[in-house]
Amino acid sequence: MGNVIGIGASPKRKEDQRFLTGRGSYVSDIKRPGMTAGAFVRSPHGHAKLRGIDKSAALAAPGVIAVLTGDDVADDGLGSLPCGWGITDAKGVPMKEPPFPMLAQDKVRFVGDMVAFVIAETPEQANAAAELLNVDYEVLPSVVGVLEAVRPGAPQLFDDVPNNICCDWELGDKAAVEAAFRKAAHVAKLSLVNNRLIGNPMEPRAAIAEYEPGTDRFTLWTTSQFPHVVRFLMGALVLNIPQHKLRVVAPDVGGGFGVKQFHYGEEAVITWAAKRVMRPIKWVASRSEGYVSDRHGRDHVTEAELALDETGKFLAFRVKTLANMGGYLSTFGPNIPTNLYGPLLGGVYTTPAIYCNVKVVFTNTVPVDAYRGAGRPEATFVLERIVDVAASEMGIDRVEIRRRNMIPKEAYPYQTPVLVQYDSGDPVGCLDGALVAADAKNFGIRKSESARKGKFRGLGYSTYVEACGLAPSRFAGRLGARGGLYESATVRVHPTGQVTVMIGTHNHGQGHETTFAQIVSEKLGVSFENVDIVFGDTDRVQFGMGTYGSRSLVVGGAALSKATDKVVAKGKKIAAHLLEAAEVDIQFEAGKFSVAGTDRMKTFEEIAGAAYVPHDYPLEVLEPGLEEQAYYDPVNFTYPGGCHIAEVEVDPETGTVTLVNYTAVDDVGTVINPMIVEGQLHGGIVQGVGQALFENAVYDEGSGQLLSGSLMDYCMPRADHLPMMKVETHSTLCTHTPMGVKGCGEVGTIGSPAAVINAVVDALSHLGVTHVDMPATPNRIWRLLQNASLPVAAE
Amino acid sequence: MKPFAYHQPTQIPDAAKLLTSIEDSKLVAGGMTLIPTLKQRLASPVALIDLSRLGSLKGITDDGATITIGAMTPHAVVAGSKLVQARIPGLAALASMIGDPAVRSRGTIGGSVANNDPAADYPAGVLGLGATIVTSTREIAADKFFLGLFETALEPGEIITAIRFPLPLKAGYAKFKAPASRYALVGVFVAKFADGVRVAVTGAGAGVFRVPPMEAALSQHFDPSAIAAIKIDTDGLTSDIHAEADYRAHLVTVMAKRAVDAALS
Ligand SMILES: Cc1cc2nc3c(=O)[nH]c(=O)nc-3n(C[C@H](O)[C@H](O)[C@H](O)COP(=O)(O)OP(=O)(O)OC[C@H]3O[C@@H](n4cnc5c(N)ncnc54)[C@H](O)[C@@H]3O)c2cc1C
Repeated sequence: MGNVIGIGASPKRKEDQRFLTGRGSYVSDIKRPGMTAGAFVRSPHGHAKLRGIDKSAALAAPGVIAVLTGDDVADDGLGSLPCGWGITDAKGVPMKEPPFPMLAQDKVRFVGDMVAFVIAETPEQANAAAELLNVDYEVLPSVVGVLEAVRPGAPQLFDDVPNNICCDWELGDKAAVEAAFRKAAHVAKLSLVNNRLIGNPMEPRAAIAEYEPGTDRFTLWTTSQFPHVVRFLMGALVLNIPQHKLRVVAPDVGGGFGVKQFHYGEEAVITWAAKRVMRPIKWVASRSEGYVSDRHGRDHVTEAELALDETGKFLAFRVKTLANMGGYLSTFGPNIPTNLYGPLLGGVYTTPAIYCNVKVVFTNTVPVDAYRGAGRPEATFVLERIVDVAASEMGIDRVEIRRRNMIPKEAYPYQTPVLVQYDSGDPVGCLDGALVAADAKNFGIRKSESARKGKFRGLGYSTYVEACGLAPSRFAGRLGARGGLYESATVRVHPTGQVTVMIGTHNHGQGHETTFAQIVSEKLGVSFENVDIVFGDTDRVQFGMGTYGSRSLVVGGAALSKATDKVVAKGKKIAAHLLEAAEVDIQFEAGKFSVAGTDRMKTFEEIAGAAYVPHDYPLEVLEPGLEEQAYYDPVNFTYPGGCHIAEVEVDPETGTVTLVNYTAVDDVGTVINPMIVEGQLHGGIVQGVGQALFENAVYDEGSGQLLSGSLMDYCMPRADHLPMMKVETHSTLCTHTPMGVKGCGEVGTIGSPAAVINAVVDALSHLGVTHVDMPATPNRIWRLLQNASLPVAAE
Repeated sequence: MKPFAYHQPTQIPDAAKLLTSIEDSKLVAGGMTLIPTLKQRLASPVALIDLSRLGSLKGITDDGATITIGAMTPHAVVAGSKLVQARIPGLAALASMIGDPAVRSRGTIGGSVANNDPAADYPAGVLGLGATIVTSTREIAADKFFLGLFETALEPGEIITAIRFPLPLKAGYAKFKAPASRYALVGVFVAKFADGVRVAVTGAGAGVFRVPPMEAALSQHFDPSAIAAIKIDTDGLTSDIHAEADYRAHLVTVMAKRAVDAALS
């Protein structure tokens, strides 16, 4: 039975062998015979009419093979980039869905919008020729902020989208909320901004496309989190390539965070162009190009009100948000600030009435879509911030007000007033655990020590829940999903007993090759080393929706679990035949098929061998081979959650916020590999801390220029920004996933921004500060202190 | 990056000759600033003249009254130099705060001073210490060298060969790092000499500048308290997405106090 490494163990990650020895194979590592290079010409303007493009100088440049523009796209009758979600307003009117051409046709709508594609013998030649393309722009005023975009007289991106509003979406019982507000003892109000973020995966996006005339087949290698979805959207809806003639490969991918889970125009253009020039083409984005073309995240402006009774019980919650969509609808764009936001506004509390209105707004900025957490960090931030505001206004302790409103463990399953039903959870348990782990009771001592050094110390709580495991197709369909969100896995047992799994999720840093192998090792009793996980190639993997929304283990792992169950069932049939017993009498345990109550047995390897050498099979009831496939569609979301506690120190002289302690106690359900879960939490927390303290995508109003367009101006969190973190789990099991898993990919990013900002506000609360927008930069904190007219002590 | 010719002279006159004879040629030292601009196609010189083979541009010497640092000396060498640490610890500290280890291993004092980035650290040390910039043709006092945003007194074809620093009684540098780039959002170098104090500020404006009121106050009393109440005018200070001018002005005072503290410790 070999070296079984199963659920709960922390083996070193299988994939790290190649990653840490420089042997990964990324798109930009791939070379094809006769390969050419492509460069995109992108709009330098936020908003402009395209009056004409003169290709002649670019075409005449050395090495240039072709120059393609929006007119060529139109001539070839190609489709527009599709949006995977169609949301509707309160009256059922569908969202405005203007076309998103893969190369701009009449207008450009953001700095970075693609205008042309230049193909040349070398990247240098392609870049040089791209600079020579003569594009005649009639520059129009840009609008980049949501508040400005909906004002009368604002520049209009699309003629048929009045006031730039894509959809005026709502959720919840407005009347019930109004009634509750009328009888409230206290109403807390908060206006806030959820800052715009840029994902910055370590590997920039890249693609190679090739057309083989002999077989009439296309191959696209792309940095994608979901190659099958790219094949479907691009093949079926944009380029009209039959699915069997299109192979999409997403090999090793260096991080995604959502940025790579969309179908991008670059993929469609390069695939189309490969056939036009009859040679393979490669394009690798520079970091700067990524800044103006990778989909951005967040960007909300929100007003929230919380109604409470005199004891601090939440009666109703009302949230109005303007959400930035950027210049066009990206693959999941309109879903993020609506369906992944409103339903989470209940948090871990028993708030009986909730109403949420989201205006989804077009602006002259890069399209906004999912970024790690996607909608749920925004919801958590609004809720956890306003809970603190209410507590402070009512003079109730921040932990106490949370306790008074938390859903007790016994009340699960719990139906919220905003569609979702939480299956399991224990918010009080997570809170209690975190209070101990963070040594909250001695915070006062630490605060006085800081005060002695002239520093302000603050403690911040975020008790949160999220919805992940995207997604139950039935539920998602009702909300506007245009496709299903299930997952598939094939378990192929080889004649010698080793196992290859083909799965539709995509591993780009999450450790799936290890986690999934542990599941197979445990369930089939085979050696961990004898399990390989295959993903990221539409020719090798049957189908799949890819990796995003903390779904890989929850949905993909469930499909894998189901498929292994089918392997065991088939194995029992084979064992029954070989052992001349009835199938019902065969037991499978620890890699052995045995006849109940006897010592007659066959090992898994023997069964695998027999499956492929069916000399005396009863072929009418038993097929040769041992390979099973399963599709799994979850019945509900999963609801991981927990309690995060941040502790900060503020230097009042410079306004610098230092994160000094961080504690997270999370409920992620069953933990397959504790080391990987801890890593996911660390990474997620760091990204949330990045949003809270450092990261900010800033556009210039009017010109639409991205001012934070490089790592010199967009501040990523770094190791020295962070303390050692305490990360623990306090798990309740998911009641509807096969292994009780809930997912852990996004929890860190969802819980942390509110914890950090609550800590900053706490540190400054003695000065009357009630809110700090993200990121809490030194300049911003200093400005608040100035306005609080603090007599800053000279040292 | 566009194609260019590459020269690696071994004598300063040869380097100077190449530089003047090839139009659109450029010196490359550590390449930490130049190479990224080539990669982004912001500059496209026809030839690069690499200074790395000019042995006479490397090394640190002490003549008792001054310390001379060769133009090609990397930041890490200055930061780690026992000599600099002993004679001008504030300058060694400054070098240790530049960029990251990779940048400190490649970037050179000559390249940094020649480039005169408004947020670079060395200009504050060079101006604060009243150093002399030694070039292939002459010597230039720091006060006459830095002319504002990326501008210096260097003539076309002129090569910095060394920087000569007088030895201060005390000197200190305090840097408030820009959050993303970690260049100086505001950096202040303070140096006390027998005949007075010099205070030089980088990061806050279009180029490094001195602060006479602080110099006067510190010459009277070399202590942070002497300048705590001195406010800098926001005129000419930079406002950008990282910091507004009045915040930068405030930081000048805070960092100047901290630089004095560092000099005293
Ligand atoms: C990631 C990163 C972070 C950085 N952080 C900081 C920081 O925190 N603080 C800071 O001060 N700097 C910082 N730098 C800049 C770095 O420290 C170098 O000092 C700077 O790039 C210039 O030095 P170099 O030797 O690399 O010059 P190069 O890039 O080779 O040259 C720069 C310019 O100077 C000219 N030049 C070079 N040598 C001479 C010479 N001897 N005579 C005349 N002209 C010459 C070149 O022609 C070129 O125009 C950073 C750089 C990077 C890439």
